[in-house]
Amino acid sequence: MTLTQLLNNLTADTLGSLQPFAPELCVVGTILVLLFVRLFDCDRWLPGSLVAMVGTVLALGFSVYQFRQFGNGTLEPQTLFTGLLIFDPFTVFFRIFLLLFLAFVVYLTIITGIPDSEDAPDFYTLILGSTLGMLLMVSANHLLMVFLAIEMTSVPSYAMVGFLKGRRAASEAALKYVVYGAGAAGVMLFGISLLAGLLGTASFPELAPALMEVQREGFSLANPTVRTLALGVLMVLAGIGFKLSLFPFHFWAPDVFEGASAEVGGFLSVASKGAAFALLIRFLLALAGGPGAVAGGAQSLTMQMGIGLALIAVVTTTFGNLAAYGQTNVKRMLAYSTIAHAGYMLMAVGAFALMLNAPLTETFTLTARSEAAAQCVQGLLYYLVVYFFMNLGVFAIVAFVRNAKFSENLGDFSGLVRQSPVLAICLLVCVFSLIGLPPFGGFFGKFMVFFSVLAASKVHWVMWVVLVMGLFNTVLSLFYYLRLLKHAFIDEPAADSRPVRAELTSDSGCYALLVSLPVILLGVAVEPISRVAEDVARWLLQA
Amino acid sequence: MTPDPVFLLSAIIFLPAIGALILSLFNPKSEDGMRSFANIIAGATFVLTLLAWFGFDPAKAEMQMSVSVPWIKSWNINYQLGADGISMPLVLLTSLISWLALAASTSIKKHIKGYLILFLLLETGMLGVFLSLDFFLFYIFWEVMLLPMYFLIGIWGGERREYAAIKFFLYTLVGSVLMLIAMLMLYFDGGRTFDILRLQEIGQGRIDGLSYTQFVQITAFILLFIGFAIKVPVFPFHTWLPDAHVQAPTPISMILAGVLLKMGGYGIMRIAFPICPVGAYYAAHVLVVLAVTSIIYGAFAALAQTDFKRLVAYSSVSHMGYVLLGIAVWKLTDGAAGEESKQYWNMGMQAAMFQMLAHGISSPGMFFMVGVIYDRVHHRDLNKFGGLMGLMPLYGGLAVGLFFAGLGLPGMCGFIGEVFSVLSSWNFSKVYAIIAASGVILTAGYILWAVQRVFLGAEYKGPHPEAITPLTWNEALIGSVLLALCIIMGVFPNLVFHQMQASVSLLVDNLYSAKSLGTSALTTLLSR
Repeated sequence: MTLTQLLNNLTADTLGSLQPFAPELCVVGTILVLLFVRLFDCDRWLPGSLVAMVGTVLALGFSVYQFRQFGNGTLEPQTLFTGLLIFDPFTVFFRIFLLLFLAFVVYLTIITGIPDSEDAPDFYTLILGSTLGMLLMVSANHLLMVFLAIEMTSVPSYAMVGFLKGRRAASEAALKYVVYGAGAAGVMLFGISLLAGLLGTASFPELAPALMEVQREGFSLANPTVRTLALGVLMVLAGIGFKLSLFPFHFWAPDVFEGASAEVGGFLSVASKGAAFALLIRFLLALAGGPGAVAGGAQSLTMQMGIGLALIAVVTTTFGNLAAYGQTNVKRMLAYSTIAHAGYMLMAVGAFALMLNAPLTETFTLTARSEAAAQCVQGLLYYLVVYFFMNLGVFAIVAFVRNAKFSENLGDFSGLVRQSPVLAICLLVCVFSLIGLPPFGGFFGKFMVFFSVLAASKVHWVMWVVLVMGLFNTVLSLFYYLRLLKHAFIDEPAADSRPVRAELTSDSGCYALLVSLPVILLGVAVEPISRVAEDVARWLLQA
Repeated sequence: MTPDPVFLLSAIIFLPAIGALILSLFNPKSEDGMRSFANIIAGATFVLTLLAWFGFDPAKAEMQMSVSVPWIKSWNINYQLGADGISMPLVLLTSLISWLALAASTSIKKHIKGYLILFLLLETGMLGVFLSLDFFLFYIFWEVMLLPMYFLIGIWGGERREYAAIKFFLYTLVGSVLMLIAMLMLYFDGGRTFDILRLQEIGQGRIDGLSYTQFVQITAFILLFIGFAIKVPVFPFHTWLPDAHVQAPTPISMILAGVLLKMGGYGIMRIAFPICPVGAYYAAHVLVVLAVTSIIYGAFAALAQTDFKRLVAYSSVSHMGYVLLGIAVWKLTDGAAGEESKQYWNMGMQAAMFQMLAHGISSPGMFFMVGVIYDRVHHRDLNKFGGLMGLMPLYGGLAVGLFFAGLGLPGMCGFIGEVFSVLSSWNFSKVYAIIAASGVILTAGYILWAVQRVFLGAEYKGPHPEAITPLTWNEALIGSVLLALCIIMGVFPNLVFHQMQASVSLLVDNLYSAKSLGTSALTTLLSR
């Protein structure tokens, strides 16, 4: 192959990749516009929030269009940029998820006015930059991209956490986040280099075949290659676990959530978790070599990982729920609650990993196995969609209350129902959904996750423990969630407190409704989103 | 002549919820308007259930007015409703008690709007539980009740309301979490269906090639039973009840005692026993022991109370024990004796149903009567009453009548259920029957003693004697309706038995044949 040919191929590939890459390009363009707006002092008449909103909605439009193209078969899954990224319905689903969430957060910041007009372009540049990283995370097809995307997500979010300048708590939180984040990134990079070095490749589709090669020499921890490989996988998982705030990588979460503004907290808790889960699924799938892979050493590796992840999930959930119990700061409590929810979702991932290469039997055929694995992903996706709304809803209401009272303690919520019934009722909906009670969406998320765990219990008994502990945790979580509601509904407001004013017709009232209505809808009209999640999961496991 | 069942049953369930939605639009200041509107909604719901009852044929044992509309197709979850002789009387009871409790809500003064909205949402949940035939839907309605109940106790309750509310929530949630595990197991192993009728067929081994293993049957039964036993409540799981009943405001205590407890019994009869007959049969002995313990323990605990409302609350534990006793006396014997013990069990089941209905009338009546006097004198200390019969003759008459109904005086509703339940247990085990029967004496003891301390005697000894005023016509009406029902059910028990006889017998037949079919299936299972 001559150099010209190579260059021609590269050009063709790059140009061909640009169109599927449109949403990301759109986000990049918006970031540039925001920077120029700042540079040429146009931000007096062109608010940064508007630019960010328009850019996000445009990118969202592209993604929705692409999703529909996948739906009617005019678009096929493909790799982009010489195999660095993968473009399939799973990617597009998460693009829509992330961009829609970004749009919601931008709208929220417009209402609460957390970046003042002075700082707005900076803030939106950061948040868009972080989202760009997440968009790359969900389409990563190469270990190097994994690292780049995670870093691209993390660095702007460090700055966003410390965005409330002059607040000690915020600066402290940002510093803690940076230190932990840098450490986790270092560990992850080391893990990636171990994997790439031993397997001779860093491209996702080639990982599984390379693992099969290693397995020929015998797949046990006595084999030093296998030992190092396992270490590498573990280190990569540690990096992802940091993003997901899984036990024991969760230490940053409470401080960061307490220090950062509620808007940023909401953004981090949903968007970066969603992206990290997408990445985790892709990584596991790459290690397992797709649903059709035969039994072997790699099988036992993914199965062990599945059991390990499920156990981590149990510990994470239990820890999050127990630690949340003693909190008085609502944001800190919610931080522990997000840790617990990451645990619930990780249970589905654990079940997925366990299912992926589970031994086949007469009744448990290849199709049945990939169906079962798809069901796990479906549960995860549905949970994420519900989590999007319920968690954002709670954080938004915290932001509204903070705007009225300038603090975020449990006591500030006392008597909320007397001051602003609409906020209180939306809080009720979101919190009950977080507990996982019907008829709210959270219940169906949990139901689907627990169903996949139950299905996985046929493969390995440990999932029984996971199922029982997961459900037991639902009861545990009741205490602290109800405490919040008790303050909002049963207690009388303190006599000297500033009232929260949010009528039904006010911006904040409308926003709270806008976010909590889908929580109810997702609990009543389950079919549409569950069907989409099912299709996406099937597409993912078809290949 | 009867309306479309989809419409009718949906209207019964969702009319209160729609009413709650409309109520939220009311001006919070127009309290009277909201009260009468809620009353109209509850009354209309009662009329709708009556309408359903007119279209209901008690001679038919199978499900009637069945409705099944796909809800979540990819999970095979249906919006499936229906009524038979077991659920129909309970639906009537629910809408009636709800209406009466709402009418009794005049003592609720604060935040009336929120109260009425939550009350109506609660009614939707309760009716939904009794009418749904899809396990998933059943579960959802079961949980939907939790939210309003928590706030109804937590906001409008007595001095320890928050504690009682969270205790109630917690216990019920533990129960429903266990139920959820069982539900998932049954769904997964039952060919992915939540249809209760189909799950029953699978569980009874009436479908070829699809059955639950013994492990699943027993595990699922234990989980389901604990879930429902918490609601009933059966002895070791009852500790939420005295707190919740005592702290709840009077109308909510009426609902709790009149309807919520019946859900536990209904769940055992509709779900736990028919779907897991193997597990149920193995557990029968334990269940009888628990039932007898509940009867005796509840009665002794009631004897020891000085709080009037707490006494009534413990009497519920005792009385609901008879329900479990009637359901649990399942004994298999071969040959002619087998037919006889089947008849006994049938009698026990009928008695359990009757006792649920009887308790559903008498217990709200007792709570209401306690509430009436509490509203006046603001205390419930049994030792500080006395002489009320002279001061409030009408109240005294109604109250003593209702307490006698609870006592199980022949000619009143409580008698029938208790007597048949104990009779049927004689066949199961004479020892337990004797112990259970002696519970009746204890019951008479605590009720007569309470009546003596509260209504008889020369004079009223407690605080606020000046506040003792005669019954309002509203209170008198509610009390007399309940008392009249107690007497009618006691004098013409066949009116009630007639409604459920066919369905209960069918259930017993099915379970018996499932077991006898299952003896072979069981041995194969055991030999595996």
